[in-house]
Amino acid sequence: MIKIIRNFARRLFSKFLANKGEIKLGFYGSPNAGKTSLANRICQDWLGEDLGIVSRMPHETREIQIREDVVIEKNGKKVNFNLIDTPGIATKVDFEDFLKFGLKKKEAQSRAKEATQGIIESIKWLDDMDAVIVMLDSTANPYSQVNITIIGNLVARKVPVLVVANKIDLKKSDIKKVKGAFPEYEVVGISAKNGENMEEFYEELFKLVKRAK
Amino acid sequence: MVKKKVAKKGQRKSKVKGKKDNLTIHFMPYSEIAREDSIGRIKKIMGVVLKNKIIILQGKLRADEEARLIENSMTLIGNIEGFAGVEIATISGDTDGIGVFERVRNNLAKILVGEKDAITIIGPASVVKDITRDPKKIELMLSGR
Repeated sequence: MIKIIRNFARRLFSKFLANKGEIKLGFYGSPNAGKTSLANRICQDWLGEDLGIVSRMPHETREIQIREDVVIEKNGKKVNFNLIDTPGIATKVDFEDFLKFGLKKKEAQSRAKEATQGIIESIKWLDDMDAVIVMLDSTANPYSQVNITIIGNLVARKVPVLVVANKIDLKKSDIKKVKGAFPEYEVVGISAKNGENMEEFYEELFKLVKRAK
Repeated sequence: MVKKKVAKKGQRKSKVKGKKDNLTIHFMPYSEIAREDSIGRIKKIMGVVLKNKIIILQGKLRADEEARLIENSMTLIGNIEGFAGVEIATISGDTDGIGVFERVRNNLAKILVGEKDAITIIGPASVVKDITRDPKKIELMLSGR
């Protein structure tokens, strides 16, 4: 109950911030796509600190994480962002999947419960974004219903979208397949882990801002 | 919203119904959900999924309905024994390369009779391990049964 009230208060506070001219930039995608890694990369580039913890275990981010006042500068232009890192959206959460990572049954069940609440929160926050980065793992099949559902909901809300294909440093990465799956959207390939192609990402981010309300 | 049965201390959680060794595919024609509102559609779908059946739905849900279906599934996980969510995939008719007239006609048909030129597969995660979708193909991987 406390969690629900706290999340509601955060959303309300975030709406208040919208009047101050910051761009609320959401990071959405499936678990382990690299949302927190990219948010961390941006925070490191412009603030010199991380936003959240990254892990190989899915659903590491189970609560909305916000970093305010991230000023990004490009070609002499400055934009003030509120970065909103969301828990990965999935259609299923099985506590047994966490057992494989060495968690005990009770810990796994508790993590699964938090993950389901995180997914619900992520969906609720779709209403509050000015622009969204939809993060995809470029080594995985891009035709996932979760990606389609996220983008469909953003389009319905007229929120501009930038598709980011992460993990281009890996051999299995297939950026062409991602572009083929989302021909109507700008797709930029990056490696959030080692910072590859971040310049192009920032250029596309500024184009995205122009389309934001 | 689907009614949620929350188990209290000492009470047994409700279980996913359906025989364990049977695989049932439930065909749901578009007419079955056409007149339902979003809540009614999701309630109908979840009612079938919770019986451990795979639904083949003629047509597709709207994006907001899919999001609501996910939210609904998430609230049921942990409250219904054996339920771990759903797997869902939609495959749509190809509209690439068709003329303007054909496109307008398709859109008009969608408004009048709904989006029938798509197939959606929805199954409980306990039965369907994974659904992989390419533009023209859907593959279902079933859980070890």
